[in-house]
Amino acid sequence: MPRMTMIEAIRDALDVAMGADPKVVVFGEDVGYFGGVFRCTAGLQAKYGKTRCFDTPINESGIVGAGIGMAAYGLRPVVEIQFADYMYPAYDQIVSEAARLRYRSAGEFTCPMVVRMPTGGGIFGGQTHSQSPEALFTHVTGLKTVVPSNPHDAKGLLLAAIEDPDPVIFMEPKRLYNGPFDGHHDRPVTAWKAHELGEVPEGHYTVPLARAVVRRPGRAATVLTYGTMVHVALAAAQESGVDAEVIDLRTLLPLDLDTIVASVRQTGRCLVLHEATLTSGFGAELVALVQAECFWQLEAPIRRVAGWDTPYPHAHEWSYFPGPARVAEALRQLVEVA
Amino acid sequence: METPEQDDLPPLSLAVPEPEVRPGDRPDFSRVAIPPAGSVRRPPIDADPEHIRDLAFTIIRVLNRDGQAVGPWAEALKIDPEGLKEGLRHMMTLRAYDARMLIAQRQQKTSFYMQHLGEEAIACAFRRALAPGDMNFPTYRQAGLLIAGGYPLKTMMCQVYSNDADPMRGRQLPVMYSSKEHGFFTISGNLATQYIQAVGWAMGSAISGDHRIAAAWIGDGSTAESDFHAALVFASTYKAPVVLNIVNNQWAISTFQGIARGGSGTFAARGHGFGIPSLRVDGNDYLAVLAAAQWATERARRNLGPTVVEYVTYRAGGHSTSDDPSAYRPAEESAAWPLGDPILRLKNHLIAIGEWTEQRHVQAEAEIHAEVVETQKEAEAIGTLHQGLRPSPADMFEDVYAEMPPHLLKQRHEAGF
Repeated sequence: MPRMTMIEAIRDALDVAMGADPKVVVFGEDVGYFGGVFRCTAGLQAKYGKTRCFDTPINESGIVGAGIGMAAYGLRPVVEIQFADYMYPAYDQIVSEAARLRYRSAGEFTCPMVVRMPTGGGIFGGQTHSQSPEALFTHVTGLKTVVPSNPHDAKGLLLAAIEDPDPVIFMEPKRLYNGPFDGHHDRPVTAWKAHELGEVPEGHYTVPLARAVVRRPGRAATVLTYGTMVHVALAAAQESGVDAEVIDLRTLLPLDLDTIVASVRQTGRCLVLHEATLTSGFGAELVALVQAECFWQLEAPIRRVAGWDTPYPHAHEWSYFPGPARVAEALRQLVEVA
Repeated sequence: METPEQDDLPPLSLAVPEPEVRPGDRPDFSRVAIPPAGSVRRPPIDADPEHIRDLAFTIIRVLNRDGQAVGPWAEALKIDPEGLKEGLRHMMTLRAYDARMLIAQRQQKTSFYMQHLGEEAIACAFRRALAPGDMNFPTYRQAGLLIAGGYPLKTMMCQVYSNDADPMRGRQLPVMYSSKEHGFFTISGNLATQYIQAVGWAMGSAISGDHRIAAAWIGDGSTAESDFHAALVFASTYKAPVVLNIVNNQWAISTFQGIARGGSGTFAARGHGFGIPSLRVDGNDYLAVLAAAQWATERARRNLGPTVVEYVTYRAGGHSTSDDPSAYRPAEESAAWPLGDPILRLKNHLIAIGEWTEQRHVQAEAEIHAEVVETQKEAEAIGTLHQGLRPSPADMFEDVYAEMPPHLLKQRHEAGF
């Protein structure tokens, strides 16, 4: 089976989708000739022509708005916002339009569009290249929100997203593009080719939306997380000695509550982990659901570890990032509660 | 006329503009029409926008090939030879500073850098037309405003290094400077968002009966953003005292200017739909930039309203240290750019008027280089991104609000501070 980086896996998914369905079109800033600033669309314009993969003016509202129009026409646009941090000008189009076309037209008009965007920090990108705004999407009904944590899932989830009849926000943790990252920024970088989830099947396959997966079975506590933090959680479980079960949510909305509930009912303890800022983050929704579903099995208050409630500070990246030390400490405290 | 039967028409097709050349092709700027220096008229500052529409489709140029300043824009210029020499020094300093910071980035003393190569004249000359108290809303490629405004080079370096003397306390990406005192609004890093804020600042000045004006800055690519159009409509409606600068350096990362410009003849012509007087200027001609800046700022100061100014230039370097332009444009394109090098052109002018010599230029280059290197040593003695004295991480919790709310205080304690 070929080994791929997450960039190559995403490009492969787009290639498979464009090859199979002439309705799939790909566009965004620097996406065409150059192939995207992260190279996720490299070669697609040469292969499929410049009306299937093209550069757009720098206008995120325009990119998403045009995508909605094309989707309503009957195409399957997969648009790229260069960084999730640049999404805000498109927010009105996403919230008021993409998410509601189906509802307000009683199914007459729909929006089968994917909005891809690199998300998260860990690359010294400062305030405008590091944010994790997933909660701004999960709060909007009518959208599906996906965050893959590895090349295998990225390809399968992206193909599932493209085939989905509704708008999907597809957030790509940019720190995972070239290798799994467990938060130990001072250690040598590891590559996907040495990781089993860097094995990506050729051709078409999907990883279904709304299905979480247990990345590490454990009995002492459950960690609910996604994206980059999956790898941080795995490292923290290892280093803390806490036998934690790590669940990679993969799709935040619709959420795979069954997998979550089954795990927490067994472990009785739960840690919610994300890189995004704490307050009103997606973790708050997870905490609410877990306490409602697992109240009688819980043996300790549910804990949250998240980015601090500040803008992403350039030079203080590693003080801000919820790395393995913070997660390990939280796990230890979680299991110490009698 | 009746609609023809659909079957009689050829099928529709999508137009996607392409640059004329790509890597491997011969650079060709023969279609860039360049009028001779001095050939474009200079209307009075209160001219009816309808009567000066031609100025958005030409290029105002002052310096000719012999290094002489010619034509009506040259005649109206307010600057003496000492000022010109100072301008030359500003541009040379910016170029030397860029060169040192690029090396520092490669040495991992900072995470990121953005240079100005080939575009030095624009911000350096424009700054001369401003008065104390005026406010720029710059992009990441207007550090010339700071250098020409007398902002300390060492402080700029400390910002790039995110060290303990960085006024922004390591919070911002390198080159995202901020100095209220020097009329330099904090750079966001998002595109076009601040163009409309410049208009708002100018409206604030007008509402308050002040005398200060604002300058908005944007690149060719970002004129596509909705905020650019918002800025033009607000500036037009309220006749805000603002200069709406557009730096057309031909490239928005990998995307050529035709993608943002579409069917419009020029970026300056965008102003016409809003009834705003619009100029198109040789951005590599220090004197032409200054002449246009003086015309536009005087309009703003005399309450005549906004002006759009497009500076035609070329981004000779990469977009940033994360970019490699050889992937999308011919490597020789920069050398083929027909408007020349702004430093060389001003130097030749000063020599032509007997105010400068080759020898003095070489000497000045050495002096500036030594000064920049010395300043760099001082900045590095404080610290760089990963070494030396750096702001405390505790500081990242400051300035989120005027007063730290309880939940942030709790988080700061949790973080160990």
